[in-house]
Amino acid sequence: MNIDYLFFFLLAFLSVITAIVVISNKNPIASAMALVFNFFILAAIYLTLNAQFIAIIQILVYAGAIMVLFVFVIMLLNLENEEKLKDPLNTRKIFRIVLALSMIFLIIYLFYFIDIGLHKTISESSIKIGTVEQIGYQLFTNYLLPFEITSILILAAIIGAIVLAKKRFP
Amino acid sequence: MLTVPLNYYLALSAILFSIGVIGVLTRRNAIIVFMSIELMLNSVNLTLVAFSSFLGDSTGQVFVFFVMAVAAAEAAVGLSIIIALFRNKVTVNIDEINLMRW
Repeated sequence: MNIDYLFFFLLAFLSVITAIVVISNKNPIASAMALVFNFFILAAIYLTLNAQFIAIIQILVYAGAIMVLFVFVIMLLNLENEEKLKDPLNTRKIFRIVLALSMIFLIIYLFYFIDIGLHKTISESSIKIGTVEQIGYQLFTNYLLPFEITSILILAAIIGAIVLAKKRFP
Repeated sequence: MLTVPLNYYLALSAILFSIGVIGVLTRRNAIIVFMSIELMLNSVNLTLVAFSSFLGDSTGQVFVFFVMAVAAAEAAVGLSIIIALFRNKVTVNIDEINLMRW
């Protein structure tokens, strides 16, 4: 057994476990903490793929900004009556779980048995393309218009969030 | 040189995506549903980064950057919608929020 496989399976196991904790825990704060762990483990998986910039951005944006927002909202809402949110295991729920599990097996079957091509190992140029320099070069030359449109999207999201969360809805 | 093949990363991404789907379909807490959506976005990001690294093309990682920007905007707007709903109905149970159901 190669050390790369060992490392990958450890990270994959941890990420799946934390994802299951996110969707199965009764306490929303515990779910949020498990989600933070999941984001950190995904950042480590990005590092094994030589994507350094994406790994750092994952920690900054997801584990930093988005999760602070989540925890802030959970504490702001002060959810007391968790009993009303409980859902007994009825036939509809079982049907949904079976549907999702059949989807997972279909996707894994497709990915595992389809011949993806010659890319059995990671590309040798992947060390170069994951750097801040290369991603920044791509962003400001080939993808400049999407980058500028993203700023308009974020401006619209800021205004929308303020308007929606204001005390008196206009 | 890394020896874990591309199929393993894609299978892990599929598993994480399906866990997110199960969370969206079974949980009734709107905030947990939102977290499950973030899980699904992350699994798609993992697919994009894996293909980008294995093909030696940086377009996938640029796309992941845009997905993260959209996810941040979506989280801000969605959580403010949850706050507005909680102010009106004092619940985050998505079964009781049926204002637009026909």
